[in-house]
Amino acid sequence: MEAQAQANYLAPGHNACPGCGVAIGTRLILRAAGRDTIVVSPTGCLETFTSTYGLSAWELPWVHPLFENAPAVASGIEAALKYKGNDHTHVVVIGGDGATFDIGFGSLSGMLEREHDILYVCYDNEAYMNTGIQRSAATPYGAVTNTTPLGELSRGEAHWKKDMVEIVRSHNIPYVASATIGYPHDLMKKVKKGMLVKGPAYIHVITPCNLGWGIDPEETVALSRMIVNTGLFPLVEYENGRLTSVRKLKQVLPVEEYLKKQKRFAHLFEDENAEMIKAIQTFAEANIQKYGLAGEEL
Amino acid sequence: MQGSVAIAETVRAAKPGVIAAYPITPQTHIVEHLARLVAAGRLKSQYITVDSEFSAASVLWGAAAAGVRSYTASASQGLLLMTEVIFNMAGTRLPAVFTAVNRSISPPINIQVDHQDAMTVRDSGIIQLYVESIQEAVDTHIQAFKIAEDREVLLPAMVCMDGWILSHAYEPVTLWKEEAVQEFLPPFDPVFKADPQNPVTFGALTDPDKITEFKFMVHDALIRSKEKIRRVAREFQETFGNYYGDLIEETYTEDADVILVAMGSVVGTIKVALERMRQEGKKVGLVKVRSFRPFPDQELRSALSKAKLVLVLDRSFSCSSGGILGGEIKSCLYGQAGPLVMDYAIGIGGREIFPETVIDLVNQSELLAEKGQIPSSTVFYGLNQALL
Repeated sequence: MEAQAQANYLAPGHNACPGCGVAIGTRLILRAAGRDTIVVSPTGCLETFTSTYGLSAWELPWVHPLFENAPAVASGIEAALKYKGNDHTHVVVIGGDGATFDIGFGSLSGMLEREHDILYVCYDNEAYMNTGIQRSAATPYGAVTNTTPLGELSRGEAHWKKDMVEIVRSHNIPYVASATIGYPHDLMKKVKKGMLVKGPAYIHVITPCNLGWGIDPEETVALSRMIVNTGLFPLVEYENGRLTSVRKLKQVLPVEEYLKKQKRFAHLFEDENAEMIKAIQTFAEANIQKYGLAGEEL
Repeated sequence: MQGSVAIAETVRAAKPGVIAAYPITPQTHIVEHLARLVAAGRLKSQYITVDSEFSAASVLWGAAAAGVRSYTASASQGLLLMTEVIFNMAGTRLPAVFTAVNRSISPPINIQVDHQDAMTVRDSGIIQLYVESIQEAVDTHIQAFKIAEDREVLLPAMVCMDGWILSHAYEPVTLWKEEAVQEFLPPFDPVFKADPQNPVTFGALTDPDKITEFKFMVHDALIRSKEKIRRVAREFQETFGNYYGDLIEETYTEDADVILVAMGSVVGTIKVALERMRQEGKKVGLVKVRSFRPFPDQELRSALSKAKLVLVLDRSFSCSSGGILGGEIKSCLYGQAGPLVMDYAIGIGGREIFPETVIDLVNQSELLAEKGQIPSSTVFYGLNQALL
């Protein structure tokens, strides 16, 4: 335990922004994954801040293929390990929301359907942050990005975020969970579980982006807890299709508390956009209802 | 035996550890037969039925990164969908063997042969070997694994065989015993692989001060693969007896005034036409381009320089520029006191090329040359004016 607690497979000295949620998340994920792991990352923030030629921050074998094919590449690696009779090395994909929700979506679905023994972790910072903050299918309703700017005819993102946990769950895979860097032990526990199941596992991790969300570096962890405590992002676990754990909320925060801390939602607090906050509150309450977040323990 | 089945049986003998399969006509019979071989326990491979050609190529990339031999077959739109991954395979120096069962690109949608599909990935760094017959396709697949996986090469390789004419034809074929193929083909032993015992980083981010060097190394590896292609062709001949030329194959070129240049199954048709023309006393020769990438520039210069007229039969073209093979041949002959070059876009989308077509094309070209009316750009042979 001692050795593992100190293991750091993402070496210091990478170029992530101060307070980057992805950097914190990846360090925790790798610590839980352990030494006998091959990591695949599609193009994205994580790839660019860790892999400058000659300065790789990866202490594990790490491959970056393309933006849209990490699940298929991981499938090839897993198949190769199987062919070689290697039943101990783990294959973990760590990809951003753009790669997961949008461009690599078909490839991910194929990997899940084929039941490869791979853990797929989506780090969700809710937009294409690497290319300079453009909306993705993970961008929440109302958020301002550089492709959903404010204007006479636009009040930020007009669509609701895809529910990836539900979409992945409908592939009938053995393990699906959501987590956030705000609860690191929970995240690490879920990574370990996801790696130990036979077959595909998916963990959706919220990793706030200081730049894209308009928050100070020291607020990353606090915000990734608040998103849970408003009901906007329930922490759940599905094992073999059954909901087996839900993080209960001691005190449900109104969504305003969470939204007002971020520049991307600042326009929602103008009078003419009050309806939008209401809609977001309704969305959070539907989650609270659906998962029984405020009810009794499972 | 059917061409596709012969290829699948040959791939079995090469024993790839990972095979990716996505259906597209006319390559389907290859992956179907491989599926049967795996299902029957005759081939111990991980056979993965993927969600797209993009994923098929990606699975190969992953398997190669993990140090395992891998294979897939595709055609037409499927190859185009793989394009980004093929660039990535070559750029990250990971080998795998692809069969391109050449087919036209839509629109209009059409499942017949031409070379537009493979030509569209010509700049990626993938090795492209074109074959004339089913036997040559069989033999070239074995060679392709050896060339691609060579430590001095480490590039993906594609065996290009004409759709239908080769994939669906039945011909007598010699298949090689697995033991003989295994002896000829050493196990894939890469310099680097994704291995927790010795962690390495693949696909790093690169700055402008280093990127030209990486691009140059792919270019250089492809040029260096020429020597390997030559050597493997000779080794194959020593082991199995068959030889089809190395980068090119020459027929009647020593004394030829007119030399035809072509790739793929049409070479067989041209050989029939050549015999007829030679009987009539015409000094006509043929250069088959076997390796289109690496491009055999020196070999072509030496084979073509003594001819008066070179006629290129191009089964692909670059819109507004013209035939791709023809353009490259003109480029490699530039600056030399060489022959006149006429380039024909012909056999597009499976339009038939008969020996008579070839003879007509030679006669027409000679007439134009006599009159000094050399076309300045690619001639689209046999255009039906009523359709234009």
